Amino acid sequence: MQSSRLGARVTRRQFVAAGAFGSAALAIGCSANKQGDWDFLSDAQTRTLKAICDQIIPADGFPSASQAGVLNYIDRQLARHYGRHRDAYRQGLEQAHRLTMTRFGKDLDSLAPLQQLQAVSEIEREDRKFFNLVLSHTMEGYYGSPRHGGNRDGVSWRMLGLADPPVLGRAQYDLTREPG
Amino acid sequence: MKRVNAVVVGAGAAGGIVAKELATAGLSVVLLERGKWYTANDCRKDDLRNQRTTVLGNAFGPEDEGNPRVWVDEKGVPHTVLPSEGAYQNNAACVGGGTLSYGAQAWRYMPQDFTMRSTYGAPQGSSLEDWPVSYDDLEPFYEKAEYEIGISGDYSGTPFHGFRRRALPMPPLPPNREFEILAPAATRLGLHPFHIPMARNSVPYNSRGPCMRCRWCVGFACEVDAKNGSQNTVIPVALNTGNCELRTQCMAKEILTDDRGRARGVSYFDLHGHLQEQLADIVIVSGCATESARLLLNSKSRLFPNGLGNRSDQVGRNLQGHHYTGAVGFFDFETYDDVGPGASIAISDYNHGTPGLCGGGMLANEFIRLPIHMVDRLPANTPRWGAGHKQAMRDYHKRTIVIMGPTQQIPTAEGRMTVDETVRDKWGLPVVRFSGNVHPHTFEIGQVQATRAEAWLKEAGAISTSLMAGKPQLVSASQHQAGTCRMGNDPKASVVNRNCQIHDVDNVFVIDSSVHVTNGGFNPVLTIMAVAYHASEALVRNWKGTGFRS
Repeated sequence: MQSSRLGARVTRRQFVAAGAFGSAALAIGCSANKQGDWDFLSDAQTRTLKAICDQIIPADGFPSASQAGVLNYIDRQLARHYGRHRDAYRQGLEQAHRLTMTRFGKDLDSLAPLQQLQAVSEIEREDRKFFNLVLSHTMEGYYGSPRHGGNRDGVSWRMLGLADPPVLGRAQYDLTREPG
Repeated sequence: MKRVNAVVVGAGAAGGIVAKELATAGLSVVLLERGKWYTANDCRKDDLRNQRTTVLGNAFGPEDEGNPRVWVDEKGVPHTVLPSEGAYQNNAACVGGGTLSYGAQAWRYMPQDFTMRSTYGAPQGSSLEDWPVSYDDLEPFYEKAEYEIGISGDYSGTPFHGFRRRALPMPPLPPNREFEILAPAATRLGLHPFHIPMARNSVPYNSRGPCMRCRWCVGFACEVDAKNGSQNTVIPVALNTGNCELRTQCMAKEILTDDRGRARGVSYFDLHGHLQEQLADIVIVSGCATESARLLLNSKSRLFPNGLGNRSDQVGRNLQGHHYTGAVGFFDFETYDDVGPGASIAISDYNHGTPGLCGGGMLANEFIRLPIHMVDRLPANTPRWGAGHKQAMRDYHKRTIVIMGPTQQIPTAEGRMTVDETVRDKWGLPVVRFSGNVHPHTFEIGQVQATRAEAWLKEAGAISTSLMAGKPQLVSASQHQAGTCRMGNDPKASVVNRNCQIHDVDNVFVIDSSVHVTNGGFNPVLTIMAVAYHASEALVRNWKGTGFRS
């Protein structure tokens, strides 16, 4: 039996419009390979992933993906809820590394910014399934709640001009604050 | 375990009402619920883990672990799916069911929604049918639901609704900015915009306070308890009678029958996983369309080898929900004021009466805009990632309006669920298995609805728009799931009669969205509640002491 996984950010109504169904193998009986500072990722994997994530959300007036804690988010979820994506990350990061070495003769993270952009565009073309997974998880880590390890200090919510804490209306129940 | 008059399986929208009505009438009731009873302390607002946006799982059940389902695609390939995935078609597993965390739109269906076949004729290949009850039959029970559960809103802006004896018990919440932008645009188009009816306190009601206008509403429980579901209305009333016992984290295994073919109770796994039997005079199945049908199909015995109520192979067929389509409009001014609950304005001009279309649906502005939702809702020329995407997030998060609506699905006999004989859940029970789809005319209607949403957005000043209208590969049932135990007069073509009593066994009832013959072009919960009041009234009327005489 095949297992299937819809795009990660699918809500009920988005699902209705969704056409494509990806599939990914369930990771069975594999435990976190804790080493270095991370729960799941190795330091080398993290360097490659950081380069990809920071092209997906680069720094401008606001922090990049990694500056906002996206790697922390992905690593934490791979050790927990996203256990089923561990193999995809192992293989995808390995392939991304090989691809960059072949084309540019260097690690992804040692390339100049413009070359990194080129390299990540190639990864998107060559291994779209893996890239889409990282794309989804990067967006979740950057724009999702800080409680899951990304969006440090709610920086993306501030960037969008949203209330912090984001649940408007609480202020009227918080007697230490002026009603806003 | 002490025998009771009635065991009700499922403490959601319908089960809570049935428990309350029976307990109030003096019957002893056990209410079984597979999930937990959450309180305001469990209501944390988590944008990645809630009942609507399930990136990291469902907040109110079921858990991803041990609760698989199977979806068979168009090529006949089965896929095992998790509760956090769209194809699972999840609703919820908790006291209150979907009503703990829903958006709480509380619509009455229109009179034509109960007579779809005689109004339009059944498209070839569809199983479109009339209900055996009419809008007029249900009108008093709609009213009862509106007053007992507590509904706010105002229908006075639209002529497109059925007769009603009383206005809603609460006024609508004051309009948010999207309402102010969209209302005059709709009026200019000759449409009739009005305030969405909501199971939400706009003023103090039922001893609880009003909505605090937060926009983290649909998918979340309400931290100030202003959203009205069965868990904070009818279930506490049922428990206060002293006649009803609620048992949570209890998973029904099967309906037990005697050798004369009558039900004698329910076996279930308690919270420790121990198998228990609750004997009862009557059994009421209120587990929502997918889980109710599953319980019937898993209740196999010598007399009922294909499952209870399934003598005519009808259980699980005609699965439906809603086909959501609409449009996104992008503006050059701020449209977003972050004032909840979000959805505020609707039109029901397009539910019926378009030549060539078999029905339609209401259109309303969308409930929720978490930043994560905007990531793939940006204008069509936006790059998927990089600096341009980040800039577009800043440009459009507050300059976007989404209008969408639930197109009424045209059911088919093949768009259905069965149980999977090989995949089991953590209790060892065969799981829900989906296959087939609704009638393709549904998607034609949805496409028209999307262009109507787009026209409304353009009239409101959108500088660009994009359509949201797909052709899903399976029945999109999920939180609006319905139809699997169709109500009807003919035992060969339906599962229950007009009082929700199954044709095969006179002391078993299915009371929930399973019995919906068609599902309207509206969110279904108020109809689920009205049917529950209607069926409970008939049940109590026919109740003769310790036995049941139909």
